[in-house]
Amino acid sequence: MSLDAKIRFELVSLFYGAFEALKQVNMTMAERQITALIGPSGCGKSTLLRTLNRMNDLIPGVRITGLVRVDGRNIYAPGTDVTTLRKRIGMVFQRPNPFPLSVRDNVSFGLRVAGLTSRADVEPILERSLRAAWLWDQVKDRLDQSALDLPLDQQQRLCIARLLAVEPDIILMDEPCSALDPIATGKVEDLMLELKKQYTIVIVTHNMQQAARISDVTGYMLLGDMIESGATAALFTNPQDRRTQDYLSGRYG
Amino acid sequence: MKARGEKIAQRILLVIALSAISSLILIALFIFKEGTPVMLRMGLRKFLFSREWDPQAGLFGIYPMIAASLWVTLGAMLIGAPLGIAGAIFLNEFVPKTVLRIVKPAIELLAGIPSVVYGFIGVMVLAPLIRDHLGGPGLSILAAAIILGVMILPTVISISTDAIGAVPNSYREGALALGATRWQAVHMVILKAARSGIMASIILAMGRAIGDLKAARSGIMASIILAMGRAIGETMAVIMVAGNTVKLPHSVLDSARTLTATIAFEMASATGRHREALFAIGVVLFVIIMILNTCATVSLRGRTTRS
Repeated sequence: MSLDAKIRFELVSLFYGAFEALKQVNMTMAERQITALIGPSGCGKSTLLRTLNRMNDLIPGVRITGLVRVDGRNIYAPGTDVTTLRKRIGMVFQRPNPFPLSVRDNVSFGLRVAGLTSRADVEPILERSLRAAWLWDQVKDRLDQSALDLPLDQQQRLCIARLLAVEPDIILMDEPCSALDPIATGKVEDLMLELKKQYTIVIVTHNMQQAARISDVTGYMLLGDMIESGATAALFTNPQDRRTQDYLSGRYG
Repeated sequence: MKARGEKIAQRILLVIALSAISSLILIALFIFKEGTPVMLRMGLRKFLFSREWDPQAGLFGIYPMIAASLWVTLGAMLIGAPLGIAGAIFLNEFVPKTVLRIVKPAIELLAGIPSVVYGFIGVMVLAPLIRDHLGGPGLSILAAAIILGVMILPTVISISTDAIGAVPNSYREGALALGATRWQAVHMVILKAARSGIMASIILAMGRAIGDLKAARSGIMASIILAMGRAIGETMAVIMVAGNTVKLPHSVLDSARTLTATIAFEMASATGRHREALFAIGVVLFVIIMILNTCATVSLRGRTTRS
């Protein structure tokens, strides 16, 4: 394990009631890289992703053990401010979920949550975030229209712009392209490669080709175990574990 | 054989549906037929806006009753709507789901308490309190508004709870994932999404007599409309606690008599023109309810085209 890991899981287990959804997971994720989590449905990859912004806390009866370190600090330590944590670690969801508000109010949401409301403060951030998400040219003339009227791929990039506005340093993506067609998926993938220059990205994906195309490191999970993780190229061409081999070659299940 | 049975069932349902609809139409026609001559003879403006109601003298001005109905309804809304919506938010967002599952049916049960019971509590408890602490006769617009405000709570809470519960969880998650607190998520996103539904239910509650409750099934807007329907139409409790004085009220501590209460009070003894005037009051109520119902439908339509 390298010492400068941005994110480090140490023996992380998570229980839904009596069910063990994560089993003593160890993994590190490097800064300004894209780390992909792959594996069959129900393997725990989304659960692992959601430990990072503590979204699992919202589910009644969840218990977590072990350490999740971000920049060396355990984010489950008592006294951790979850709202501050979630501003630092943003999340893009499986289905685009813009709020039923205007495009402008969607992007400025995180700022208003933080108490920043004056137009003079918000306007420059609004434009910068939309530009960074490659959305400015499409929406600059419709900032006051409902975000729900945008096409799906623009909605998803709006959700990304909404994150960028609060300047997180880690972006979590939970199957961000599963509702998008191949062309829109390509656009979001290109955007991710651009964002990687500034942000640490963790993506959960069902699509192995997607993981191979964009990620630097890939982790393969099965039934709550982290079977194997390593540089994406190496993992895809020369997996060390039999089970990873089976999954990659389509022999799983 | 089966096809024939189907046909017969269809015919029977058709007859039942037609007789239900036609009886409603007949009632409406009858009310208008009996009620409009008085308005035409007096002039609509004079009927609605003159202040003298004295059937013996042939004076039929209903302005004081319209004012009383509006004051009582508005007061009930000011009391019932914020409390009801706050209760719905609390039950949906701040307590475990099990609490909601137990408390919500219990609250809905309150809607089944006969209004005479609410009225009785108003006369025995509320009116003396108002008389002793705020002055006036006690039996007053304020008393009626408070009692009605409590009576519409089950409607507002129940439908607002449905409206807030119907807001997709992805909005909630999205807001929290951006570092919003629970309360910020509620007032910045969830209430916006549920707004039209809540409004509709409160307007409907203002006219309790409305038949078409299903129009307002979903949404906070809907719960507001429903509540307004109930408040305007409610008669018994208001008769008991509002004090029954036909004069223009000048403060919430004055006694007053609403449109519905006037019909209920005078129908037994009314004949001739007096009787026509009561039907004319029915026409006015009918029109108010129709307007509220239209508002409910429109606000819900706005909601569905959005989603």
